[in-house]
Amino acid sequence: MALNLDAKIPSGPIEQKWDNARFEMKLVNPANKRKYSVIVVGTGLAGGAAAASLGELGYRVKAFCFQDSPRRAHSIAAQGGINAAKNYQNDGDSVFRLFYDTVKGGDFRAREANVYRLAQVSVDIIDQCVAQGVPFAREYGGVLANRSFGGAQVSRTFYARGQTGQQLLLGAYQALERQIDVGTVEMFYRHEMLDVIVVDGRARGIVTRDMVTGAIDVHIADAVVLGTGGYGNVFYLSTNAKGSNATAIWRAYKKGAGFGNPCYTQIHPTCIPVSGDYQSKLTLMSESLRNDGRIWVPKKEGDTRKAGDIPEAERDYYLERMYPAFGNLCPRDIASRAAKRVCDEGRGVGPGGKGVYLDFAESIGRLGRDKIAERYGNLFEMYAKITGEDPYQDPMRIYPAVHYVMGGLWVDYNLQSTIPGLFVLGEANFSDHGANRLGASALMQGLADGYFIIPYTLGNYLAQVKPGGVDETHQECVAAKTEAEQQMKTLLSIKGKKTVDDIHKELGKVMWEYCGMGRNAQGLEKALGLIPQIREEFWKNVNVPGSGEELNQSLERAGRLADFLELGELMCRDALVREESCGGHFREEHQTEEGEAKRDDEKFCHAAVWEYQGADSAPARHVEPLNFEYVHLAQRSYK
Amino acid sequence: MNMRIVLHIWRQRNRTAQGQMVRYELPNVSEHMSFLEMLDVLNEELTRKGEDPVTFEHDCREGICGCCGFMINGVPHGPQRLTTVCQLHMRHFRDGDELWLEPFRAAAFPVVKDLMVDRSSLDRIIAAGGYVSVNTGSAVDGNALPIIKQCSDMAMDAASCIGCGACVASCPNASASLFTAAKISHLALLPQGQAERDRRAIRMVAQMLEEGFGYCTNAGECEAVCPKGITLDNIARMNRDFLKAAITYLEETAAAGGA
Repeated sequence: MALNLDAKIPSGPIEQKWDNARFEMKLVNPANKRKYSVIVVGTGLAGGAAAASLGELGYRVKAFCFQDSPRRAHSIAAQGGINAAKNYQNDGDSVFRLFYDTVKGGDFRAREANVYRLAQVSVDIIDQCVAQGVPFAREYGGVLANRSFGGAQVSRTFYARGQTGQQLLLGAYQALERQIDVGTVEMFYRHEMLDVIVVDGRARGIVTRDMVTGAIDVHIADAVVLGTGGYGNVFYLSTNAKGSNATAIWRAYKKGAGFGNPCYTQIHPTCIPVSGDYQSKLTLMSESLRNDGRIWVPKKEGDTRKAGDIPEAERDYYLERMYPAFGNLCPRDIASRAAKRVCDEGRGVGPGGKGVYLDFAESIGRLGRDKIAERYGNLFEMYAKITGEDPYQDPMRIYPAVHYVMGGLWVDYNLQSTIPGLFVLGEANFSDHGANRLGASALMQGLADGYFIIPYTLGNYLAQVKPGGVDETHQECVAAKTEAEQQMKTLLSIKGKKTVDDIHKELGKVMWEYCGMGRNAQGLEKALGLIPQIREEFWKNVNVPGSGEELNQSLERAGRLADFLELGELMCRDALVREESCGGHFREEHQTEEGEAKRDDEKFCHAAVWEYQGADSAPARHVEPLNFEYVHLAQRSYK
Repeated sequence: MNMRIVLHIWRQRNRTAQGQMVRYELPNVSEHMSFLEMLDVLNEELTRKGEDPVTFEHDCREGICGCCGFMINGVPHGPQRLTTVCQLHMRHFRDGDELWLEPFRAAAFPVVKDLMVDRSSLDRIIAAGGYVSVNTGSAVDGNALPIIKQCSDMAMDAASCIGCGACVASCPNASASLFTAAKISHLALLPQGQAERDRRAIRMVAQMLEEGFGYCTNAGECEAVCPKGITLDNIARMNRDFLKAAITYLEETAAAGGA
């Protein structure tokens, strides 16, 4: 079966496409909306905004999250800000410029029409959030404040201290709670989605597990919306929340949804390094620190002296040396790879040699301690809390960590996957960020999808289908439920010798080593040999204690790991076939003489979309060609 | 430096089961571990021994999602000020320390399992009015409404609440006043929140009582343990709004012909 990869890009010039599309869309009349039911899975910026907005329109919404409250979704941890083309600073920003920056920043691997629409609705997002009472930073005159972020040449980032994600999520959560109060949305918390139900080729429901009682149930609807986030935890260690997982999108993939660009991963350069085997997650330090911190390692291999004892002449400020124009401010992917390189050379610092210094001594000398404290006080405090070291005295130690995935389920212009009636929003879809996401753009995309796109495109879909017609006794429902129950039983019956985390760490090591910052054919092939072995070991030798009829965190983790063990393989497969470097995907065989990413637009100017072909067959790779009519293909340079 | 830590942990299979404290000894705890990583290590060991690991809530482990929280020696989130338990590190403890871990205790927070409680009562307080009723799409330009910076900053202070429930757990009355007041203050301090200010105060306070939370008696324990530094003056603002609304809001209802 071939996938239908018609992107359904509307006609007309790019600035009129969204208007044209909205006009051509069919509408559900107000009295009929309540006849339609919609399932929304995930309550982060994308899912939460979608559930609230669809409830406001009058659809009957069932919303699901695995956490104890919709307010916990991992969007809450985003620090920096949200981009919008408001041009409040009169500094030359525009919808077109935000569009241009996003396409270029994504290294020309995103769909132009989607990115343009994202830039267009970015301005509405800010208005909506302000109206909800989101306390964005303001100037003394009472107007909204902006800052530049992630190397952008304009100040278009709106922020609420270092807690922008929290405040935007609380805005969406409060809108959602309002709909729960008026009864348009029914909320299911502590529920995990285990499968999507497809009837006659359309998504008609989901299978869930009540994480408190263990009950596995079927929920039916006229459409299903996934806003279930990214899969960075395939690496075990990442900046994602511990619960972030791929299960919803992976099970949808296995039911026929195409998976777009699984190998596109963003690795953030400034995270606190691993301190021991017990490490459970990695913590991001805002990249704004690179504005005043200088990154260095000792020139000598295996230099164990304390940072303060290493004289100036024996330090290598490698980013300043390699990228004199951008220096410490070069983009995330470049900075991450450079850190890995110097550590691989044996010049890394701290335990295990997996770290580089981020040194504020020079800035403190120039600007004074107070100025630095004013700019970065909260970050310095957080660093001190975690490491027990004082970054005012000794340089910080940082190392790159997995932060975001640009890959996800393929969607058309309407955010519909290859399964009709299954819509995918936010980080869970294969996204508008191409091969690399710019800072402060994840929040923008999640809210754009949830508030301003899905309410239209879902209506257009629903207007063309009859409500109802399927119930829990349908054979597809019974089959999906039975399969989910069977998997739980199997996981509980293995009673092997390894814990879920033991095996997850093994997978993480392989992924990080061979499908991390630098990838090559030999390594990827090795990983493709190792991952099936780890997967086999999991199904033979994992130990999941307890039962399925109670709250069982080991069982939850085991189910998620089972999916990561398959997804990891697909990521390596995708990375192996994509014989070029682009954005976060760096194939060591494909670099310029200076060691920069080298795209191959002849062969790879497309999105790769993978189709599941059953457990015993290799998945099929399809492509959606990408056309660049408005932003011309060019090589990025940061020298 | 590695330490020996003795933990007494509340174990309770489910909401209705009888719970009890169980003693565990960890001979080799690294000072660089977070408190939750120490529990991870314990759980891995219990799993290997075929015992049921300890259930505790956690997610972001960055101190912002509000999932984590339990009592350490009677203090929510443990001894370090302005710190959630996921950000608390073992270097703040000493070799040989003996620690008692219990779930947040309140009638409105039934125990789900071990150290995990059900805090959905807090969601229902928000559902009763912790929002501005503005549908998607009906907003004016973000800069059309200038907001005094100090008001915006104070609103942000209140809005920093992570909904962890430490305030409830520390309160002798198990009151959710600090939580409820933080949301009422956040919106009362902003012009966007004025239209529903009275209604919000009345409904949210009523819901708080409905859920079985106690009254505030100004004990101040909540402020002392709040990991985000939410201050008591928010409660004063809530009480003021509630009192004012109790007079004016009901009168309006009466004038309109009664509820």
